[in-house]
Amino acid sequence: MLIRVRRPGDIDPREITDEGLYLRRREFLRSAALAGGAAAFAAAGAPTASRAARLAPGDLAALTGLVPSPFSTDESPNSFEDVTSYNNFYEFGTDKEDPARHAHTLVTDPWSVSIRGEVERPGEIALEDLLKPHALEERVYRLRCVEAWSMVIPWVGIPLGDILRRFEPTSHAKYVAFRTLYKPSQMRGQRRRVLDWPYREGLRIDEAMNPLTILAVGLYGRVLPSQNGAPLRLIVPWKYGFKSIKSIVSIELTRRRPATSWNVSAPREYGFYANVNPEVDHPRWSQKRERRIGEFRRRPTLPFNGYAESVADLYAGMNLRKNF
Amino acid sequence: MARRKSWWRGTGLRIAVFVVGVAPAGLLLLDGLRGSLGANPIETLQHTTGDWSLRFVLAALAVTPLRRLFGWGFLAPHRRTLGLFAFFYVCLHLGTYVGLDLFFDWSVIAEDIFKRPYITAGFTGFLCMLPLAITSTRGWQRRLGRRWVQLHRLAYVAGIAGSVHYLWLTKADLLSPLVYTVILATLLGTRLWFRYARRTTRPARSLS
Repeated sequence: MLIRVRRPGDIDPREITDEGLYLRRREFLRSAALAGGAAAFAAAGAPTASRAARLAPGDLAALTGLVPSPFSTDESPNSFEDVTSYNNFYEFGTDKEDPARHAHTLVTDPWSVSIRGEVERPGEIALEDLLKPHALEERVYRLRCVEAWSMVIPWVGIPLGDILRRFEPTSHAKYVAFRTLYKPSQMRGQRRRVLDWPYREGLRIDEAMNPLTILAVGLYGRVLPSQNGAPLRLIVPWKYGFKSIKSIVSIELTRRRPATSWNVSAPREYGFYANVNPEVDHPRWSQKRERRIGEFRRRPTLPFNGYAESVADLYAGMNLRKNF
Repeated sequence: MARRKSWWRGTGLRIAVFVVGVAPAGLLLLDGLRGSLGANPIETLQHTTGDWSLRFVLAALAVTPLRRLFGWGFLAPHRRTLGLFAFFYVCLHLGTYVGLDLFFDWSVIAEDIFKRPYITAGFTGFLCMLPLAITSTRGWQRRLGRRWVQLHRLAYVAGIAGSVHYLWLTKADLLSPLVYTVILATLLGTRLWFRYARRTTRPARSLS
């Protein structure tokens, strides 16, 4: 029997590199270097705008028989690409590009909306039946985000007041509460508690009945893309964008002021009213000016986002600094 | 074999650090030229340069703990390069804010710096990094001697200021700024631990 006595300088057989590996060492080095380089480039490329395939208007069903509206602005709208690639819709992620990337998982057909609370005729109604009696209008509106950027968007929709009246609000209906779909399997952003899901918003009844307030079902003459709040969303053009709740499944008329998501999340920063107001800064940034997407210099922000003529008297006598 | 190893850990690593440092700026430039910085290009520039500045601050602050924990002394010569890349990206970040976002509107910029805590924090970080970049040469290192080491502890303040800047500007989703903050806390925490360990082991060593 051979007994090998190991001396300190001896190489343990386990340390000897396998011959195959040894022969492929250059290949290994090359692939390791490539992998490292690729990872660095991927990491570097990731934060910049996604270069994924963009949604084109032709991918969406066309809406016909649209009626133009005197409430439309004649400012030139942002491009379809801007409108559908730069979105705040935390249900699909908190980056601006996330909704365009992830909202395709949302199933919008069939869709129904529950209308309850202080109405004579409550019920669950299919989206087609909700829209059927109404003419679709095109409304080109300014949209001002609380983050100090803005766009001009050609929405397609129906005045909210016209819809609510069909359900006959009672005299106790003082507010309207809206709720977004809660479905983490389709809305991946809801798997983390960034906000207190489901997203909730609300309006005072007179704000809801104002002719500027619409429920939108489309933009650029097509049905709403998922990232923009398909199939049904609110548009309140004189308020910061977060008031215009997306993918609505519930409308409840209430006696009391409903809780609203951003107000619950940060009450010092986001009020119930959230009227666009250059005089009242967000605690962390100025609201005096905004960047219109596509423009280089910031432009001044207008009181009530330029809709003061139509809505300022809703707030007559109110302290708008306190009721921000 | 020994020579190849030293090449990878010396020149090879130097090239790698340089490539990783230049790549984000290069990609931004490329994206800018072909108009693919997204719907809000100024915001994309601001966010990307800010992210990379913070990443390089953390990378520079990681050099010493990695050397102490794992004996990776070969990283030490690259600490200055990492720090200078952090400064490079903070300059681009600040430059984008001043020149593109606010278009040299000094009254608004001054108001921001004094009134908005997250901008105060970010600007503090920049002010901390400025003297570090200036005194990063061997000449200054020699001239300042021991005080150079003391001065360059401002890098800790810069890291804290950068993380706080990110935390305070975030609207709701704190995950990403918290990841940076936890990494920073770990890096600064290991330093405190080393200091504590050294203090407690010294008497034991003198006994033996």
